Amino acid sequence: MRKRALFGIALRSILRNKMRTLLTMLGIVIGVAAVIVMVALGQGAQATIESQIKGLGTNMLMIMAGSTSQGGVSQGAATFNRLTIADYEKLAREGTLLAGVSPVIFSRGQIIGGGANWRASIMGVAPAYQQVRDWPVQSGSFFTDADTRSVRRVVVLGNTVANALFADSDPVGQQIQLRSVPFIVIGVLTPKGQTAGGMDQDDTVIIPYTTAQAHLAGQFRIGQIIASTFSPGEIPAAQEEIRGIMREAHKIARGDDDDFTIRNQDDIAAAASGTTRVMSMLLAAIASISLVVGGIGIMNIMLVSVTERTREIGIRMAIGARSNDVLAQFLVESIVISLAGGLIGIVLGYASGLLLARLTGWAVAMPPEAALIAVAFSAAVGVFFGFYPARKAAALDPIQALRYE
Amino acid sequence: MAQAHDKNAPPVIRLEDVTRVFSTGDNAVHALAGVDLVIHPGEMVAIMGASGSGKSTLMNILGCLDKPTAGHYALDGIAVSELDRNALADLRSRKIGFVFQGFNLLARTTALENVELPLLYDRSGQFHGKESPAPAALRRVGLGERMHHLPSQLSGGQQQRVAIARALVTNPSLILADEPTGNLDSHTSIEIMALFQELNDQGITILLVTHEQDIAEHARRIVEMRDGRIVRDVPVTQRRIAADELAAAERAA
Repeated sequence: MRKRALFGIALRSILRNKMRTLLTMLGIVIGVAAVIVMVALGQGAQATIESQIKGLGTNMLMIMAGSTSQGGVSQGAATFNRLTIADYEKLAREGTLLAGVSPVIFSRGQIIGGGANWRASIMGVAPAYQQVRDWPVQSGSFFTDADTRSVRRVVVLGNTVANALFADSDPVGQQIQLRSVPFIVIGVLTPKGQTAGGMDQDDTVIIPYTTAQAHLAGQFRIGQIIASTFSPGEIPAAQEEIRGIMREAHKIARGDDDDFTIRNQDDIAAAASGTTRVMSMLLAAIASISLVVGGIGIMNIMLVSVTERTREIGIRMAIGARSNDVLAQFLVESIVISLAGGLIGIVLGYASGLLLARLTGWAVAMPPEAALIAVAFSAAVGVFFGFYPARKAAALDPIQALRYE
Repeated sequence: MAQAHDKNAPPVIRLEDVTRVFSTGDNAVHALAGVDLVIHPGEMVAIMGASGSGKSTLMNILGCLDKPTAGHYALDGIAVSELDRNALADLRSRKIGFVFQGFNLLARTTALENVELPLLYDRSGQFHGKESPAPAALRRVGLGERMHHLPSQLSGGQQQRVAIARALVTNPSLILADEPTGNLDSHTSIEIMALFQELNDQGITILLVTHEQDIAEHARRIVEMRDGRIVRDVPVTQRRIAADELAAAERAA
């Protein structure tokens, strides 16, 4: 039997019941569209995270308190388990592979200035912080070693804070209060955007760590020490060097586990994108359930169609159709329905992905291969769920089928 | 009058002691209990019988829709009993044209497309790369003007003509007509019989099943069945000529 004729028969019988065909297709349409949107969202999130992690800084290493020892043995409360300024100073003094080292002291507080007030995070760092994070100023300048040594009350504003307090004027040279202590604004940083976790990195003010310790009351502890290497290739060696210095500083005996963790950008990237990958795979899996449900819808309608057209099947067999001709006819019909549904679903999926991106501002990445996979998948759904009804049609006895009312 | 068939040519149909037994649980129904029948090319035979006489079963076997339980059936010299499902389908496609009581046209499909349907399943390749024989077949049954009509736009007689064109289109050895006038009024029935007689005069072998004596008398030979056996097999002596009947009816009106 000619292939074009088969296709023609399928198209004709599909168009004969437009409403029914449309409703049958809907399951596949929604399934494919859902899968595409979910994949696009997942890929978009992943791409965003990757670019954000690249934006953390260049060749950056992070040192944090606490061990992620896989021995599973708790270090216990008595263990020396803090990062100190002494650790930072020792690293800055002894690290030969480190281009820059800075402690990071985290806090939050009320900031008053420019006739407004704002609550933001306050970070105490060393001047090397700017270079490690690769974070240029937009106006003014970053503080220097002299400022740190002299414990000056100078502050560099993150872009969000600068906009919140000084919407129209240049904040450089203005006085602001951090927790009621006056500071002079000496610079404003360029915007850096959100972290992988969705935190606004620009919603912060940065002061010398010495000043933070001396002038701001409250809980100030060193959250982490960040460092950078001269080149990406030196990261593993630098990591080992830091480890040696830190073990010495913390007087960890040979054979004992580290009481700190060193992470590089790749580790951070892997952890973050691993999470989103799992999330997006989960979303796509849920979406593909609707594809399966759509396939069952097709099977259902094809079974109805076979019963309705029993007599037609009988006629076709009487005038010479083989079982396989009938099988092919119904199979092609269900494949055409699901393929058409798949194509509509791709269009709908891409359209709603773009709409979503525009309305919510979420990052959406439309991978072209997702369309291909969707088409292949919907064709497979057509074959899989069309086969049983088609076989039922092909197995009919022509005498019985001709007599069917 | 009509030409006589060629007795020396091999028969279109040769049935030898054909039986067909349907077993439903413990009961065995002998729908055909030993049938012998020979039909030569160019014959026009009417099979008569009450319902339950086995004529439908015989029709199904002759049409290669069913196989005998025992006995031998040769269609155009081909032993049907040994064939599988696909080979039977091919044989139907090549050798047999069906005409049914209920016309059995595909709804919402034009007359032309209905007639083209058998060509879709033709595996002999005899129509490959040639002009479609469907329009010619429709003209042959007098429907050249209505090729693109749907069955719902045609009268019962016209629908049956489409069905006859569909049966003719592949040049079959045999046309099997199962109660072809059963759904038609008497005037239209005679018109259809006139068409069958015309086709038979052109040399086409026709076998029709009917339970109406006057319809059967349009054939050249009547075979009567009862209880799964042939009880009478006689030539028609006073053959009705449908064309004359139609002319007479027109004069009366």
